[in-house]
Amino acid sequence: MTIDKTLVRYLESLARIELTDEQREETEKDLQDILTYIDTLNELPTDGVQPLSHSFPVTNVMRQDEVKMHNTRDDILKNAPEEKDGCFVVPKTVE
Amino acid sequence: MDILEMTATQLGAAVKSGEVTVKQALDAYFEKIDKYDKTYHCYNTLCRDEAYKRAEEVQKGIDSKTLTSPLAGVPIGIKDNICTKDIKTTCSSKILENFVPPYNATVVERLEKAGMIVIGKLNMDEFAMGSTTETSATGATHNPWDIQKVPGGSSGGSAAAVSAGLAVAALGSDTGGSIRQPCSFCGVTGLKPTYGSVSRYGLVAYASSLDQIGPIGNTVEDCANLFEIISGKDEKDGTSMEFPHFSAEKALAGNVKGVKIGIPRDYIGEGIAEDVKKAVLDAAETFKSLGAEVELFDMPIVKYAIPAYYIIACAEACSNLSRYDGIKYGYKSANARNLRETYIKSRSEGFGMEVKRRIMLGNFVLSSGYYDAYYQKALKAKKLIQQSFFEAFEKYDMVLGPVAPTTALKMGESLSDPLKMYLGDIYTVMVNIAGVPSVSAPCGFDREGMPVGMQLIGKPFGETEILNAAKAFEDATDYHTKKPVLK
Repeated sequence: MTIDKTLVRYLESLARIELTDEQREETEKDLQDILTYIDTLNELPTDGVQPLSHSFPVTNVMRQDEVKMHNTRDDILKNAPEEKDGCFVVPKTVE
Repeated sequence: MDILEMTATQLGAAVKSGEVTVKQALDAYFEKIDKYDKTYHCYNTLCRDEAYKRAEEVQKGIDSKTLTSPLAGVPIGIKDNICTKDIKTTCSSKILENFVPPYNATVVERLEKAGMIVIGKLNMDEFAMGSTTETSATGATHNPWDIQKVPGGSSGGSAAAVSAGLAVAALGSDTGGSIRQPCSFCGVTGLKPTYGSVSRYGLVAYASSLDQIGPIGNTVEDCANLFEIISGKDEKDGTSMEFPHFSAEKALAGNVKGVKIGIPRDYIGEGIAEDVKKAVLDAAETFKSLGAEVELFDMPIVKYAIPAYYIIACAEACSNLSRYDGIKYGYKSANARNLRETYIKSRSEGFGMEVKRRIMLGNFVLSSGYYDAYYQKALKAKKLIQQSFFEAFEKYDMVLGPVAPTTALKMGESLSDPLKMYLGDIYTVMVNIAGVPSVSAPCGFDREGMPVGMQLIGKPFGETEILNAAKAFEDATDYHTKKPVLK
């Protein structure tokens, strides 16, 4: 797999991250090194192997549907960078 | 006996007998922290006022015999990615530098219920992404054995604090070796529990299918007592599992007669430092002399562990860390003019470089066109890695190996070369991928006097067996009693 600037810019956009030119240069090289190493995984035969996402089988986890009060709104909003009238403030998104 | 010389379990007993008060224990630790933490930077935050306030309640509970845990009245440090109500939890990241959780992680609730007292939040690699604690936005922690060297990571603050005696015990978290490797580098003992045995509720997520909270201490006994307190099903974590109650007492028999231990040849082959290999093979001899049967076996899948790990961990990280948007909590850029810029600028200014790298790598392996070749492939490798362990466990009761290929590296060496840092995780990541437990314990020193650690890897929920074996080794050796001389 070859990494180039276009791909790095695409990943920045997917990640909602913007790198400086210098960081982009560095990232291109680092990702290339890492992916070249990661590509050794292609040598591992995996035909017919079922992908495993959970280490151990977990079926639907059920519980009683009871109302419990945990975090209150005010506690949560204390960590918001900006809040108004009990809501998170976001920049205007619709003209 | 001096308070600072006691293990957590000894301190708990001294508090219970009235020989030491809870306040005296806190005084001793805060005094030592004030004297030395400027040099080692183990802590991000100290919670002195909260601790002394809690100490009064805890002392009453102990005096009235309502608090009966062996660790009641014992102070503890908590890794800074585990939520503590009303105490800053930063993940050593600028993006969470002012985050004050409105709730406690389940493990913190359980520690407090047992009468333990949180004294501070311990430094780590940013969002637990790193193996040196150098990616911390608050600055690196130094290894107590040599301040020019890294303490390992990501739970470097936790392991260094216990090693330096700036905490008698600590909690860390382990996604790919983050408890075991710093324990190995700092010469202390740590347990990465079976996936699902300890609640992750309130642990800031890095890679949810691999993350697990565990104890760090001076002895196997301390770790076992802590594990008994924090383990068990929690309805707030859907991945926590029902399993028979863990009893520390049963895990401390210290008998390995007839126990079958396997050492993967691929764990002591190419790339391992000579001194580390020797220490681990010497440990194998010790186990033999104690009546265990030890033999070598092949585990060729080892070479695929790091690729599989970094694909899975980064994929989950990019998803988990998408929550940092500059709106709900955490850092918000002052330079943003619209919503998209709020996301981009807050994240670009708030995350450090290693975190950005892993998020982008995660975005890559999940992106359209690459998903099957990378992410799906890694999940298949995960299946095969777990199978390899299960096959080994048909022949052996547990697996012995080194924790890391080297002892602690010089500071700065791996920061410039991320791949080199990743390769140091070769012996630890497989355990997380398989979901099985592993205890890391000191087993020697290299020629420069830096600690070497071994790990004993067990069957799912086999904590009792591996802690027993580690206890047997501890009883027969004195590596765990050696302490660094602080500067």
